[in-house]
Amino acid sequence: MKPVDFDFEKSSDIKSALETLGNGEDVRKVISGGQSMGPMLNLRLVRPDMLVDVTQVRELCDVLDNGASITYGAATRHAAFEDAVVPDAAAGMMRSVASGIAYRAVRNRGTIGGSLAHADPAADWVTTTVALDAQFTLRNKNGQRNVAASAFFLGAFTTALGEGEIIESVTVPKLTADAAWGYYKICRKVGEFADASAAVVVDPKRQYCRVVMGALDGAPVILEDFADTLATRGRDALADLKDIVHNALPDASPVAVRQHEVALRRAIEQVYPS
Amino acid sequence: MTDQGVGARVIRKEDDRHLHGRGRFVSDISMPGLQDVAFCRSGIAHGTIKEIVKPVGNEDKVFVATDLKGVLPIIADSGIPGFKVSEFPALATGKVRYVGECVAMCIAPSRAEAEDIADQVVMNIEALPAVLDTHKARQSDSALVHDDWDDNLFLTTSIDGDIDTLAKTAPVQVTREFKTARQCMHPMEGKGVLAYWDFQAGQLVVHTSTQVPHMIRTALSEFLGLEQSMVRVTPPDVGGGFGYKCVLQPEEVCIAWLAKTYKKPFRWIEDRREHLTAGANSREHHYQMTAYADKHGRLLGLDAEISVSVGAYSVWPFTACIEAAQAGGNLPGPYDFSIYRCKTYSVATNKPPFTPYRGVARPGVCFAIELMMDAIAREVGRDPLDVRAENLVKGAQMPYNNVTGKHYDSGDYPKSLSKAAEMINAKDIRTQQKSVDASGRRIGLGFSTFTEQSAHGTKVFASWGLPLVPGFEQATVRLTPDGRLEIRAGIHTIGQGLETTLSQVAVEELGIDYDHVRVTLGDTASTPYSTGAYASRGMVMAGGAVSNASRELAKRIRKIGAHLMQCNETDVRLEGGRIHAGAASLSFADIGKAWYLRPEQLPDDVNTMGLEVTEGYKPDVDSGVFTYSTHAAVVAVDTETGLVEILDYVIVDDCGRMVNPMIVDGQLIGGAAQGIGTALFEETPYDAEGQPLSSTLQDYTLPGAAEVPHMKVEHFETPSPYSRYGMKGVGEGGAIAPPGAIVNAINDALQDMGVELTEIPATPHRILTAIMHAEDKKAALMEAVS
Repeated sequence: MKPVDFDFEKSSDIKSALETLGNGEDVRKVISGGQSMGPMLNLRLVRPDMLVDVTQVRELCDVLDNGASITYGAATRHAAFEDAVVPDAAAGMMRSVASGIAYRAVRNRGTIGGSLAHADPAADWVTTTVALDAQFTLRNKNGQRNVAASAFFLGAFTTALGEGEIIESVTVPKLTADAAWGYYKICRKVGEFADASAAVVVDPKRQYCRVVMGALDGAPVILEDFADTLATRGRDALADLKDIVHNALPDASPVAVRQHEVALRRAIEQVYPS
Repeated sequence: MTDQGVGARVIRKEDDRHLHGRGRFVSDISMPGLQDVAFCRSGIAHGTIKEIVKPVGNEDKVFVATDLKGVLPIIADSGIPGFKVSEFPALATGKVRYVGECVAMCIAPSRAEAEDIADQVVMNIEALPAVLDTHKARQSDSALVHDDWDDNLFLTTSIDGDIDTLAKTAPVQVTREFKTARQCMHPMEGKGVLAYWDFQAGQLVVHTSTQVPHMIRTALSEFLGLEQSMVRVTPPDVGGGFGYKCVLQPEEVCIAWLAKTYKKPFRWIEDRREHLTAGANSREHHYQMTAYADKHGRLLGLDAEISVSVGAYSVWPFTACIEAAQAGGNLPGPYDFSIYRCKTYSVATNKPPFTPYRGVARPGVCFAIELMMDAIAREVGRDPLDVRAENLVKGAQMPYNNVTGKHYDSGDYPKSLSKAAEMINAKDIRTQQKSVDASGRRIGLGFSTFTEQSAHGTKVFASWGLPLVPGFEQATVRLTPDGRLEIRAGIHTIGQGLETTLSQVAVEELGIDYDHVRVTLGDTASTPYSTGAYASRGMVMAGGAVSNASRELAKRIRKIGAHLMQCNETDVRLEGGRIHAGAASLSFADIGKAWYLRPEQLPDDVNTMGLEVTEGYKPDVDSGVFTYSTHAAVVAVDTETGLVEILDYVIVDDCGRMVNPMIVDGQLIGGAAQGIGTALFEETPYDAEGQPLSSTLQDYTLPGAAEVPHMKVEHFETPSPYSRYGMKGVGEGGAIAPPGAIVNAINDALQDMGVELTEIPATPHRILTAIMHAEDKKAALMEAVS
């Protein structure tokens, strides 16, 4: 379990990082916290010619308050959210979610951008950023573009990132004062990837309500119609939950459907306590 | 006793180096010219090797079976009639028989470069149907793991009892099927071996992470064709054994062959992926059982069929039949009944060769009999605690010969159960259970009682038909000129604290200061032959040997002391770190100095054997001494998610006289942590082609700190009448009981829902499946009624 021979470069600004990353003439990969890339290298699932370390790239470390939203540099570490070193746009949700990612040792190094680019369906940030309607700023040598989280994840470990393109930052709309959120995941043990997860964000002032199921076989699923029902009926909407989850996951096993239903119900109950 | 002798809570000698990260393990050893080895392993469970193509330009860095001139296949035959012999080649020949089997090895200055070469080796293997399922493997149309056999059975054994008559009269019959998953052992340090040629000694020197250095020397010399005096096995620190390192590994043969052939240093260090695939080698049992009882649940007889998937080959020296044969002998457990019939099947499959894991067959049999005991209790409508208590062998029956001829030497089994019930507040739990939680969380209580045969004697091992029968144990003690004590024993230290406990034994006999004792273990060049550290034998056997050697040394010290102090030998006392006679006293250094430096001061009739003694030990009755224990668990089952939380855990243990109670606690708690893994988490599943589906620790779930609860531990100290100081072995027991206690607790929690689990690990998936099945059944019933 040792990686193949590869070159390594640590960039300090985004221009040189993108320059080094090239255009796909050989295998060049971005490494950030290395918490997914490390094992993949050792298992030789990734055999790069070069790794570009972006953890010191200035532009990826910035955090900006835009008034209605906050922009987090992609290299912001999970621990920075957990420790409230960076402000939380989501009224404590990001801090709470971050504190439940894997183990502290992983959170010390792992970054939000790295987790999103890796796009493991069970990763906490994947479900959470979709629930918060975050925008990702992607950049390549030719410029930048914004992609909504909901459009970014195309499947398991598959994203909208193009060749030579990296996530520069994540912009999260601020929740208003009377917003509420719920997040629940079912893990076999502390620190494991989830078997089922769900995130619910309700922000009446912004007329925003989103319900997301995660830890699926593919990208997170947004339950749009159900979100409308939930916004109107609140806790009473739970009565329909079983059928809704069942219909949303036609290919899942009965046990998986049950677990996703439970995760979702418990997330909703955090928003609408009895 | 002294405050540092037998029974004292002294700090372990091993702690200082290990807690400071200064232990020395195989991978810490470096030497000039060292070459790393990477193995090419079969990616196919069962197949015919068509061709192995070495990469152009690197042909001399790659070795296949035909290159290993002079190496014999590993053969572990059994003396039990009917046993079929397998040949386990160090590198595969002809066929591959499990995913992970070594096919070729590659050498390079670093492991990464060796893996680069391994990447380029082409293994052209034609797949054959894989033999995976224990039952299908027994059917006549199954593919054969070994083509020259006429079935897939290493061995079938049977114990006969008159079940047929009992079946006609017994008022209660309970039939169940139980399953335990295939598992890995997960010592923190995996396997590792480094070998080189010592030109000065004319020896092949092998540093290997092993529990059994002297046996490895015997085996390497046998399978490499070297005289034993030309092989020195000297293991460094070993980061956990658990049985994983108690057999000869094919990798050890390969690395030793390289060093012997090229007279240069080579090493191989197992990685976790190799461990999780090629090392998935334990615990896969299947039980079909019927228990017969009276209407109060008193067990009258037991009928069982046990199948163990033992993988492709027989391991040396413990063989492919140790697990199933032990399961058959141990299934009756601590219970008093007289009719037993059992058939066991050691089934060859295309999986890694079975290796005895902490507790050997007993975690499986304990799970099966303990779940059966609860099933009987439910059947007769009584509390399992009462039914279990009534069926246990009673203290007044000791010593007790059970239905399979095991000689239980001492103890009070029902008392251990009642103590556990008291410590876990069984009565309160029963009250709590009456109020059902609306959130779907249910509380359950479970017990598990077992006996642990330890320090088996030679006759016991001989009856298992092993190719190498473990013998008695010897140890050497030596007083140095400056009055310090050196202990040398052939058993090895694998994390169980033997450097500490053997020192305590010497302190007990010699009254010497604990800090003045130094222990060397396992080096075949300097220690007496020992078959090693396994089967909870170390403390009783090596401890007994150190005790005998120390007693002889004490005699010689008294003689010299008496002469120097001008008194009678009988007046000389060894205590408090000095040698006393009346008001006079000498230091151990005075004795050492007299013998080594000023021999003219010695008496004329001095024993010229000097201050170095080698003595051996054999227990008075060597059928084994039986530790016993009760574990009790309270769990909360989330019936919506299938997750289990252990709310309380109690261990009541009786390992006879404890040499160091802190080490005993460590053994029990560490073992129980592994048992929790067996009960709830650990499993190596395979797909239909025999591919292991858990090849990283992301897929193979181990319990972590958050999943292992605080455990309340209580000890009885009933001395064995047969061993020195009344000691009994305690290395394995902690791992035996948890699956029984925890799954009984889960079933207790879920019994109102009509749920009974009979398979481990009790994963959320299995629990939810069982709950949903019960719900469907209930719904169907309601429909039928309406």
